[in-house]
Amino acid sequence: MTNYQSQNYIRISATTLTPPAARNDEASMAKLIDVSRCIGCKACQAACMEWNNLRQPVGSFEGTLKNPMDLDPEVWTLMRFAEYEDDKGDLEWLIRKDGCMHCEDPGCLKACPAPGAIVQYENGIVDFISQNCIGCGYCLKGCPFNIPRISTADYKSYKCTLCSDRVAVNLEPACVKACPTGAILFGTKKNMTDWAAERVEELKTERGYEHAGLYDPPGVGGTHVMYVLQHADKPEIYSDLPKNPTISPTVDFWKGLIKPVSLVGIAAAAIAGFMHWMIAGPNEVQPEDDEAAERFIEGKTAPKSPPEHTI
Amino acid sequence: MTRPRGTFIRADLATRINHWITALCFVLLTLSGLSMFHPLLYWMSAFFGSGQWAAQIHPWIGIVLFVSYAGLVIQLWRDNPWAKDDLRWMMSIRQVLANEEEGVPEVGRFNAGQKFVLWAMVILIPILLLTGLIAWQHYFSSWTSIPTQRLALLIHSLCAIAVILVWITHVYAAIWIRGSMRSMTQGYVTPGWAWRHHRKWFRSLVTTGSPGPRPNPVETRDEQPRAGE
Repeated sequence: MTNYQSQNYIRISATTLTPPAARNDEASMAKLIDVSRCIGCKACQAACMEWNNLRQPVGSFEGTLKNPMDLDPEVWTLMRFAEYEDDKGDLEWLIRKDGCMHCEDPGCLKACPAPGAIVQYENGIVDFISQNCIGCGYCLKGCPFNIPRISTADYKSYKCTLCSDRVAVNLEPACVKACPTGAILFGTKKNMTDWAAERVEELKTERGYEHAGLYDPPGVGGTHVMYVLQHADKPEIYSDLPKNPTISPTVDFWKGLIKPVSLVGIAAAAIAGFMHWMIAGPNEVQPEDDEAAERFIEGKTAPKSPPEHTI
Repeated sequence: MTRPRGTFIRADLATRINHWITALCFVLLTLSGLSMFHPLLYWMSAFFGSGQWAAQIHPWIGIVLFVSYAGLVIQLWRDNPWAKDDLRWMMSIRQVLANEEEGVPEVGRFNAGQKFVLWAMVILIPILLLTGLIAWQHYFSSWTSIPTQRLALLIHSLCAIAVILVWITHVYAAIWIRGSMRSMTQGYVTPGWAWRHHRKWFRSLVTTGSPGPRPNPVETRDEQPRAGE
């Protein structure tokens, strides 16, 4: 939302410059969401609304526990409920807290054309600096998780900030604080990874989830929001969590090679014009042209209806 | 219009106004579009007040350009048919570029280069409009899937670069061929200019007694040009 850490950027959208990097002592942070401990109480959703002061207009009941129906400029985190039937025919209720994954290699930041509208702090948090946002919607195209939402009221893009304002003053994100079962944890990425490894082991050996695992997808360089999944081999059963998210090759191409090549091409065309001007010069009407035109006009207009002929 | 005696109308008032509306839109679209294309050109958004203004006004200008260009095409397409001579003219492009137009096939109202500009834009502008609508966040983002929008933006960027290159050619040609600029501002050209650059057009105007921009209909001929506007 706002810029709380003025120096510690590791990435800034739409810049060709190196972000200031002198202060370099911050640990990489991560939020760990243990889906196997989640009871779907939505305390995290309420805490997010409370801390960020987000009040979406009241919607209507759609026949599902999910409420509201989708992420929104005023809904930065959302519990998604999936009823999954396993091979044995047993029902599993898979509840995933959806929201920004804070990718190490953020597709939104790569796609963003507005300088400084999306930044990544050294602790890994990807943040939208609203005052620089131009509302073009490119971040939606860049995101492999379909997270950002553009407000139709103020033409700005919004998503989870990982409570960058709280983290900046050594507090945990609001959702973490509110979670009653300890399903959401916050700490250094290393600590969270270690903790997750223990939990995964527990799920495998004591709970019988042989495919339990940590969701920290390498396709986007890992994420600063990670999930412990009972079925890490099938992330898509958790309300379409992508199996191997990457920045789309279309976005890579659009934001990659064609940018410099096009600028060079346009400059070359302009320079070619200038060179032609210097070598060949302007094409001016010569006195001979005027005379020839005159002769032709005279030849045609002197007799009333002249027969067709060439001169 | 104060057209000196003996000169020919190259583009009538409607065409000229139509042309310059299109041109203004094109320049504004290039500035706002390039500002969103490369960070080094983001400063171009300052012409619109801010990046947000540039981004939000870009699609609206695009619609105006599309309508305006359609008007231009309606006025000019009949004088831009691709003919065999155009290929020969293109083959002699070296002579044309060297300002030696004698011996190059005679040209009607428009030469092959001008026809190329018209038809290239006829192809590119609708693609730009369509892909632009798909990518228009505020109104149409929910109409298509995100992968479709990604592809649309890629195609939009590539076509935009192509159209800018065509435009640079068009602008340079207007600077290079002296007298062209006046033909699109005040609307007239001298007989010498017409003789030098568009001899076939010149002959057709003189023989039919037309002041331009199109020859008068000739009753006895088979291949009648349509009535001039």
